[in-house]
Amino acid sequence: MKYKSQKVAYWFFALSMLLFGLQIIYGFIMGFAHAGYDGLHEFIPFNTARAVHTNLLVVWLLSGFMGAAYYIIPEEAQRELVNVKLAYVQLISLALVGVIAIVGYHFNYWEGRKFLEIPRPLDYLVVVNVLLFLGLILATLFKGKRKTTTALVLSMGLLFAALLYLPGMLPFDSQVKDSFFRWWVVHLWVEGVWELIMGGILSFLLIKLTGVDREVIEKWLYVIVGLTFLSGVLGTGHHYYYIGVNKIWLIVGGIFSALEPLAFLAMALFAVNMYRKGEKKHPNKLALYWTLGAAIVSFIGAGLLGFAHTLPQTNIYTHGTLVTAMHGHLAFWGAYAMIVLAIISYALPNLTGRKLYESTRGRAAYWLSNIGIIGMTVAFGVAGVAQVYLERKFKMEFMEVQKEIEIHFIVLILCATLFMTGIILYFIDFYKHGKPTDEALEIAS
Amino acid sequence: MLSKKQARAFFLGGTAVTFIIFIGLTIFSFSKAQDQSNDENITEAVVRGKTLWEENNCMGCHTIMGEGAYYAPELTKVIERRGEGYIKAVLTTPVDWAPNGRKMVAYGFTAEEAADLIAFFEWIGEIDLNGFDTVVSPLAKDKTNSN
Repeated sequence: MKYKSQKVAYWFFALSMLLFGLQIIYGFIMGFAHAGYDGLHEFIPFNTARAVHTNLLVVWLLSGFMGAAYYIIPEEAQRELVNVKLAYVQLISLALVGVIAIVGYHFNYWEGRKFLEIPRPLDYLVVVNVLLFLGLILATLFKGKRKTTTALVLSMGLLFAALLYLPGMLPFDSQVKDSFFRWWVVHLWVEGVWELIMGGILSFLLIKLTGVDREVIEKWLYVIVGLTFLSGVLGTGHHYYYIGVNKIWLIVGGIFSALEPLAFLAMALFAVNMYRKGEKKHPNKLALYWTLGAAIVSFIGAGLLGFAHTLPQTNIYTHGTLVTAMHGHLAFWGAYAMIVLAIISYALPNLTGRKLYESTRGRAAYWLSNIGIIGMTVAFGVAGVAQVYLERKFKMEFMEVQKEIEIHFIVLILCATLFMTGIILYFIDFYKHGKPTDEALEIAS
Repeated sequence: MLSKKQARAFFLGGTAVTFIIFIGLTIFSFSKAQDQSNDENITEAVVRGKTLWEENNCMGCHTIMGEGAYYAPELTKVIERRGEGYIKAVLTTPVDWAPNGRKMVAYGFTAEEAADLIAFFEWIGEIDLNGFDTVVSPLAKDKTNSN
């Protein structure tokens, strides 16, 4: 670590890990309910578990992104954060909003709009929180000694993510319009501006880990985020095929979302090529594993599995089935969870001074979680395809089909156990690094 | 070979062009001549039904127009499929509705609230969904009739 204020990143990462752990627990509740064991129904009905599971995902990833920004921006701008105390205020308020929202979901206090269940009064707090965060990051960047492309792309991603939250707050009487603009938030986040954040973090990690010239890496960063927006913005159309808007979206969404895997392919090739090209052998192999893993798994999960049901002709059957859950799990894991785990793996030894690079536990965490989530994806995929054929082709009743596919949820739970084991090992590794310390300044890489 | 400046121009230019097209298509989609969202038939009951739909996070288990969670049935055209009486019974029952053992929360809605939700479902059922309703609905309806 080069600047004392980078230490604040540690606490965002710690919050992120805590919420990630909770997210997995709620995932298990849902998995068991699908398998026919809904013993917690009275206290945590499925819609509560679902809202908690997806919202915790969003909050832990955002906390991870914010931690990444607090770590990366001072180093890129070559100066301390403009105000560390406010960064801690922002951390605590983020945690508070998250906790109130999650507790509220258990008492029917929500908005009931997929992924954006946070009730309106809390939405305003989110806006204030994010504005504070952006203020700190942008002020640091503009007062800094240099403004790198990596820092600009990362900040641009965070800024647009905040702006795009606003269309989700517009009130509509029509379910169609509500849905239409909800995707402006959700889709343009995950298949748009979050990829800027991912690209920025990826670029920072590749510069640090491979030693390839910054100019080369940042040039390709522009190409990749360019491809992302070129395909991703109009690719939003794949959410508009069957929700009550014009057929033009079948054509536009079909063509542009079919191009979306190209951006992920470019990102995977870019990461692997930079690794091959690099002459610097950074000792933090674990961070390298997570970085390259993020680029490759996001191509499979977001790119290929997304493509598998993105064409209108396929999507008319798979829309609103477990096929979406198959794609969603591996996409979020590869593109966003792994990149957050990558930056944490890179930053922790630098923040704490404990260089636990060669831990068997760390490697086991990597492999178990990845094998686990691939197994989960396959289980969701088999259940989803079976659902599509039985329900939409063979006209069976919804619940008859659900009974038929219960067994796949047992497989899902087994694979999720493997996944969770990996994540617990990652948490142990996190804990073993200890707290961040100013002494780590001297041993900085 | 591509320079960094050209790469940046590709990023900024591509983003600007696609975003402008995106906004244009959005305006086009909701323009009077092209609108197929059944907007003109939204009544106060439909709006109240939508509010109930959101306040109780029905989308946390069900899908509607294919959107939501995959734990409970798709509700597009549900009135046509099941009939008003069945839906009213599910919405107003004081005990958990549990077809095939999978429980739904007993919301115990009043008759007025149930009527609002039914109005909402009926309004949804009249939206032109570019053929999605034919995949979800008539097939299930055939099955119901054959039972």
